[in-house]
Amino acid sequence: MAHALVAEKHPLDDLIRRDRMPHIWCPGCGIGIVMRCYAQAILESGIPVERHVVVSGIGCTARVPGYMNLDSYHATHGRPIPFAIGLKLAKPELMVTVFSGDGDLAAIGGNHLIHAARRNVDIKVICINNFNYGMTGGQVGPTTPLGAKTTTTPYGNPEHPFNLPYLLAAAGAVFVSRWTTLHVRQIKQDILYSFRKPGFTFIEVLSPCPVGFGRPNDIEDGVEEMRIYRRRSQLVYRVPDEVPWEALEVDLREERPIYVGRFVDREREVFQPVRR
Amino acid sequence: MKGRGVLTGVHFMHGDHACAEGAIAAGCRFFAGYPITPSTEIAERLAQRLPEVGGVFIQMEDEIASIVAVIGASAAGARAMTATSGPGFSLMMESVGLAAMMEIPCVIVDVQRGSPSTGLPTLPGQADVMQARWGSHGDYEIAAYAPWSPQEMFDLTVLAFNVADRFRIPVMVMADEVVGHMVERVVIPPEDQIPRWERKRPRYPAGDGFKPFLVEDEDLVPPMVHAGEGYRVHFTGLTHDERGYPDMSAETHHRLVTRLVEKVRRNASQMIRYDTYALDDAKIVVISYGCTARSARRAVADARRMGIPAGLLRLISLWPFPADVVRELARQADAFIVAEMNLGQMICEVERYVSQPVKGVFHAGGAMIPPDPILQAIREVAFHGPRAGGGKASAG
Repeated sequence: MAHALVAEKHPLDDLIRRDRMPHIWCPGCGIGIVMRCYAQAILESGIPVERHVVVSGIGCTARVPGYMNLDSYHATHGRPIPFAIGLKLAKPELMVTVFSGDGDLAAIGGNHLIHAARRNVDIKVICINNFNYGMTGGQVGPTTPLGAKTTTTPYGNPEHPFNLPYLLAAAGAVFVSRWTTLHVRQIKQDILYSFRKPGFTFIEVLSPCPVGFGRPNDIEDGVEEMRIYRRRSQLVYRVPDEVPWEALEVDLREERPIYVGRFVDREREVFQPVRR
Repeated sequence: MKGRGVLTGVHFMHGDHACAEGAIAAGCRFFAGYPITPSTEIAERLAQRLPEVGGVFIQMEDEIASIVAVIGASAAGARAMTATSGPGFSLMMESVGLAAMMEIPCVIVDVQRGSPSTGLPTLPGQADVMQARWGSHGDYEIAAYAPWSPQEMFDLTVLAFNVADRFRIPVMVMADEVVGHMVERVVIPPEDQIPRWERKRPRYPAGDGFKPFLVEDEDLVPPMVHAGEGYRVHFTGLTHDERGYPDMSAETHHRLVTRLVEKVRRNASQMIRYDTYALDDAKIVVISYGCTARSARRAVADARRMGIPAGLLRLISLWPFPADVVRELARQADAFIVAEMNLGQMICEVERYVSQPVKGVFHAGGAMIPPDPILQAIREVAFHGPRAGGGKASAG
């Protein structure tokens, strides 16, 4: 008699709040992929699970902490970074990760983002960039490319987007990388690396949002966007020697490279509260 | 004083510094703030003092970050505080609601200045008192205290931490520029005489089925889990159930918000503080708070010397409002007078609980209301009846 191959337990079960499934994300969304990478990195980190804390603001990505079986804080829109700073400074043994979206971190929370990088506070930021505000139904965001269509830019976006790695490099982050949701091993590796790297680290992950960004911009679905990532992702080792910082700007609608890789990995003094 | 947590002794001390020392004495070990007149001396003092006692001082990029960092630090178990004035207080409001919803204790000191907007940065006001209560969106309750002296800047800051921790709520110290910048005698008691109310802590071990927002006590306060203790709990500003999980149902929402409000109302007697002067046989009851109460006390003393049966109820807790005390006074009083440095805020609360006419002595802020206009109002009421001179007077 043939037996179906059924795993009783997945290695990541303990890190996911299974009683909260199903999740709220749309078909084709890439957030779950990154969440899985985060869980895998925690598993491999060797840091006891109770010391990992995850913080978010508001938005689709900000729902990740609710699904992670960790101490998790789902804070005010735009404010996960100051929340994380409070946690980390009050209890330095915590490994505090901020997991949020580009709108939460770079628009409403943009001020906190650059100042935390400037201070070099020891927190780990994973920023999922899907080029729009997904949860509210596909509005223009700080990363929406010039000319792209969203529900609040029906004639095309009249504004320039942020080039997040460039911004974070300038602001002082000690580690800055970018991948797409196609690069699951690299994402996991970099999260793991960031746990071991003291200071403010920033990982940008480009992710499909087929409902919010894909549809109005003629990207058929999540798989189609993954094909774009596969076709156009180009690894860069040294910025600005190989490509200028400006080239890191992303526009999925244009046939040009999407540069991915580790752009910054440097040492700067890590913020410590003054002791007397 | 290096290394000393509690500066026991008699001091001639600045009100803002007394507030900072109250925080240190209460065990505050985290301060995040942003400079703003007239509260800046609190941050300056704590920048000097917190490193001496192993605490954390951080100046944030704005007041939004300040309050949120305070909430984060408190979530990790620290007693945490911020201090600001009107414009910063406004910026903090959204996350006051977060603290109320997550039930994370925090202390916010608002050294009030002339307002609205930039107003009078260096001069006093008392016009943030309604904002203290409901400045964030939605239904919630907090506690707020109004010190009238540097001594109370110390005492009420200690109390604020205790009330915040005991009931898991945001607590405001609603100072004003006068008491913030006043230098006066401050007595700091020995460390073992500083009152300390602790946070309730979990009674069950971490594990499946642990419910971080399960309420088992009459006081409606759930024990608090801190980050890093192995409970792996979820805190969210979304409507949530006893597990802390988001639940978008009207039923859960009603149950949660009702409990958050009822938690404060049911325990109000433990939070309410007031002071009385010459009230026993008073027929004219003056109600005031903060620096304005100093003038009100003088006016009542002068009225007594003239043979007028006036008395003073000084509100120390603005919120919860001592409604029962005011109701009780309404059984003996012919009239009420409310003196406050705004154009009529706490007076509305008094009017809710009394049927007598309530006369206001108001000023928009910028200078203390002197005793004279308050005495004038007492005399008008005494000699011409409770409705003399219309309901509202201006001290300006």
